[in-house]
Amino acid sequence: MNLDLSFYSWEVISRYILQGFSFSIQLTIIATLGGLFFGTLLALMRLSSNRWLQLPAAAYVNTMRSIPLVMVILWFFLLIPFMIGRPIGAELSATITFIAFEAAYFSEIMRAGIQSIPRGQVFAGQALGMTYSQNMRLIVLPQAFRNMLPVVLTQTIILFQDTSLVYAIGAYDLLKGFELAGKNYGRPIEAYLLAAAVYFVICFSLSLLVKRLQEKIAIIR
Amino acid sequence: MAMIQFKNISKWYGSFQVLTDCSTQLQKGEVVVVCGPSGSGKSTLIKCANGLEPFQQGELLVNGVSVGESKTNLPKLRSQIGMVFQHFELFPHLSVMQNLTLGQTRVLGRSQDEADQKAKLLLDRVGLAVHAQKFPGQLSGGQQQRVAIARALAMDPIAMLFDEPTSALDPEMVNEVLDVMVALAKEGMTMMVVTHEMGFARKVSDRVVFMDAGRIVEDCAKEEFFGAPRSPRAQEFLSKILSH
Repeated sequence: MNLDLSFYSWEVISRYILQGFSFSIQLTIIATLGGLFFGTLLALMRLSSNRWLQLPAAAYVNTMRSIPLVMVILWFFLLIPFMIGRPIGAELSATITFIAFEAAYFSEIMRAGIQSIPRGQVFAGQALGMTYSQNMRLIVLPQAFRNMLPVVLTQTIILFQDTSLVYAIGAYDLLKGFELAGKNYGRPIEAYLLAAAVYFVICFSLSLLVKRLQEKIAIIR
Repeated sequence: MAMIQFKNISKWYGSFQVLTDCSTQLQKGEVVVVCGPSGSGKSTLIKCANGLEPFQQGELLVNGVSVGESKTNLPKLRSQIGMVFQHFELFPHLSVMQNLTLGQTRVLGRSQDEADQKAKLLLDRVGLAVHAQKFPGQLSGGQQQRVAIARALAMDPIAMLFDEPTSALDPEMVNEVLDVMVALAKEGMTMMVVTHEMGFARKVSDRVVFMDAGRIVEDCAKEEFFGAPRSPRAQEFLSKILSH
């Protein structure tokens, strides 16, 4: 068997790959930001002393974390149109799904991050007269975010790899771009190899970056 | 009227009683030292005064406001009382300057300029003006604790609570912190100080409260406490920590 990578030209890249690539990146960024936002809320709910906040958040997080992502992607794709009464595109459905799914993972990261801040810091904020929300926004969360940044970025890298699962609902992502190019040029094996190489290069260089960052941002205590 | 009044305060952790029927008070301008063996409830008692630790029984009045009352605005009450912690608890992600201005701007609503000026004045006063732009982690323990005192003072508190302010410090740094506290006491600041520094107690305190096993065993004028404490427990405590 001969591998022929010559089909992989600028034309193929611009016609098939770029669109998928930009969606994968977009999905990763939106899901990270949205997941962090809702994940932080979930974490605060789980850490609150109010059971009616605690329990639903815990149930949500545990459910999401116990179901394979590809099933969640499929379910949301089928469920959302059913709930809102009209079909939505695969890309939008994927975006909503990923935010909802990643929120569960980010909430666990944030929960650990918030709990890693010594109680005395909370006392100190309170003693200055800060409200719960000021204490969280100005004292606890900034420190928790900073402590958790490497873990958050690592989760983002995993998230980027997981975006390829949207193939299940036919969304046009990076993998789909390679798949189409491979089909149209009769080079599926080469296309999948190239796809793997692109995922590898992106993820590996990002993880090197995370390592560098980790050394740089540690708070001096 | 007392600035801070503890009336029969009792507190439990689960079924374990940490404070039993504690009553004492802090008059305006008074310096009260709280001492006693570790685990006797000193830190817990002082943390009750600004509502950092809840209590289950009794009444605690700060400037006439009841701390335990559920409708009391605790953040507002706390903003009027300065607190200094054993482990400093400076905010490590903020510069020294920001540590001193955050509460002023966010809680008291002062302008940044006003807060900066106040902060500079206080840093100068504790001898740390040159470190204003550093982060807490770059300072020694003694310096950090002085910044923490300045941070509390920046809020113009009506009283200051100190929770073992020198017990996490290396011995050679204890005095620089005590000097700041002595100066503060001599200026007439109302202070409640949990400490084992009997030299400090002798020098500036008006009264000494001695605690053991969650109870206030002795509450008397300094001269009386160091001269002839009534309770055997306090005598034993004093003989142990003053013998060398």
